Amino acid sequence: MRVLKFLLQKELRQIFRDPSILKILFIMPMVQLLILPLAADFEIKNINLGVVDHDHSEYSRKLVTKIISSGYFRLKDYSPSFREGLHSIELDKTDLILEIPAHFERDLVKENQSTLLVAVNAINGIKAGLGGAYIQGIIQDYNQGIRAQWIQQPRLLPQPTIEVSFSDWFNPNMNYRVFMVPGILVMLITIIGSSFASNNIIREKEMGTIEQINVSPIKKSQFILGKLIPFWLLALAVLTFGLLLARIVYGIVPLGHYITIYIFASIYLLAILGLGLLLSTYAQTQQQSMLVSFFITMIFNLLSGLFTPIESMPEWAQVITRLNPVSYFIEVMRMVVLKGSGLADIKTHILAMLGFAVFFNGWAILNYRKRSG
Amino acid sequence: MQSIVVENIIKTYRTKKTAVDALKGISFSVDKGEIFGIIGPDGAGKTSLFRILTTLLLADSGKAFVDGFDVVKDYTAIRNRVGYMPGKFSLYQDLSVQENLSFFATIFNTTIEKNYDLIKDIYIQIEPFKDRRAGQLSGGMKQKLALCCALIHKPSVLFLDEPTTGVDAVSRKEFWEMLHRLKLQGITILVSTPYMDEAGLCDKVALIQKGKILSVNSPEGIAADFTKPLWAVRAVEMFPLMKAIKQDPMVESCYPFGQFHHVVFKSAENAKEKLEQIQKNGKYTQFEAHAIKPNIEDCFMALMQE
Repeated sequence: MRVLKFLLQKELRQIFRDPSILKILFIMPMVQLLILPLAADFEIKNINLGVVDHDHSEYSRKLVTKIISSGYFRLKDYSPSFREGLHSIELDKTDLILEIPAHFERDLVKENQSTLLVAVNAINGIKAGLGGAYIQGIIQDYNQGIRAQWIQQPRLLPQPTIEVSFSDWFNPNMNYRVFMVPGILVMLITIIGSSFASNNIIREKEMGTIEQINVSPIKKSQFILGKLIPFWLLALAVLTFGLLLARIVYGIVPLGHYITIYIFASIYLLAILGLGLLLSTYAQTQQQSMLVSFFITMIFNLLSGLFTPIESMPEWAQVITRLNPVSYFIEVMRMVVLKGSGLADIKTHILAMLGFAVFFNGWAILNYRKRSG
Repeated sequence: MQSIVVENIIKTYRTKKTAVDALKGISFSVDKGEIFGIIGPDGAGKTSLFRILTTLLLADSGKAFVDGFDVVKDYTAIRNRVGYMPGKFSLYQDLSVQENLSFFATIFNTTIEKNYDLIKDIYIQIEPFKDRRAGQLSGGMKQKLALCCALIHKPSVLFLDEPTTGVDAVSRKEFWEMLHRLKLQGITILVSTPYMDEAGLCDKVALIQKGKILSVNSPEGIAADFTKPLWAVRAVEMFPLMKAIKQDPMVESCYPFGQFHHVVFKSAENAKEKLEQIQKNGKYTQFEAHAIKPNIEDCFMALMQE
């Protein structure tokens, strides 16, 4: 215990003596938390609309006005023919063409039906999908409006219709940031946890100081704990800082308990630090470990459900996300922050994380050798 | 009592394509309280030997004992009682002199005060800089600090891997004086160096080359083994002179040594006459020749050729 105390003392002294580490530790989260949630917004706005109106009637004008007034679309092009409209898509001036056929109004009035054509530029899949859905919704609404205007609804509808009304639970305003900020915070802690501790050990390898430690009677476990604990504390400090920022800047107050978050984060960090330690036992230079940890955290983050929902991933990718500690923490964060889940609700997540922690740390300790063959 | 016993140690480094024999069956022993020098050029296997003896590296075969403990089985006991100073400066550069020293004291479960006597002579020289970071010390100071850190737990055997490489001549002299003082405290010292002139400062030396020990003896003993006549020769035209000497069938070898060429003859007869004849044939100016006593380097050159 005495030896461990001195190891920790030395480690913390070195960390606090290096001004760049502290700057990186606190400026990185600040920048990421202040910029990313505002920029990485999935709500698609400002879709550029091209209209090809062959009808030039009151109805067609009304339709176009209605689409634009929704706020999602900007009228960028008004072409006389579909070919010219397509050309402006090719020039990337517009994302979407709405073609209104000739006699649109006449057909609608006389024959009670007409057709519209929507052509979408699908290079950006998300934009295309959402843009198409938005415009369909608006046209449907427009249709309903016209019907209500014309047809005197009988007291009993000839055909039963189902009207769907919905309310958004847990995030009633569909506030995108409440959903993203906790996830980004997890990503940050993962980066810190996986690379800082491993780089520290490899620096000792590069400087040769690890030789001096290896010829001393220090035990493997003491050495590894001496490296784990300081960075575990540091990562928790960054988490605290991040949660404070989320609260002050975005007004995100978790519905659940902060304690739940901290309990899970503590276990999660053990697993992630274990992964870093494991890397450090294999890598010989900081460059190697940086590249590998960059690669791993990138895959972890992309397969974590932070940016794209896990449920919409293919079956095999979903299996991979079950092996990804980051996905558990992001889920837990969202459960606690948005749903107010307690410890009982995240039982399985905690168990899984304990498993990861034992696995990574066990492997690291087995693989760390004070002497080489 | 013998502090270090090495028996037929073999170590081969294997990569995918090639295998390098670092140590090809090395045996020697070191008495307690002796300064034992391992002398050899770069790549001779000195560092591999040190790493095996300090339990950092496992040998492929052979046995080694430090203070009576087996380096494979009793490594924990050895780690408690040896001091190791690697060839590369490997203390924490971002910690101060004082912090480094107290850190190494505590990981060996001791304090600076307890063993201050042992390091006092050395520490006093770096004490004025005790709050300076280790990375900002000069080369000689770094060596002194590293020696202090290796000594702070009062080791019974001290391993110094090329402690004077890259250190200026004055610091080197000081360093060896310190080693002699430590010897008086009964500490066994195994020291390696690529500098032949330091061999004379050891009690015993082992000449090592390409993973093999050429000779183990006291410096005087090694010199005494050299029985052939040795002459130092010089002239203004050094290079043609060497060519001419090498062509003579009586000459065993000739190599440059400082301002002179050292010439080894196959037998003791007519050496002087031979040299004078060579001078006459070549008409060398300011010719000078005299018989000399061999030093360690001459012995090493002779052993290398065998």
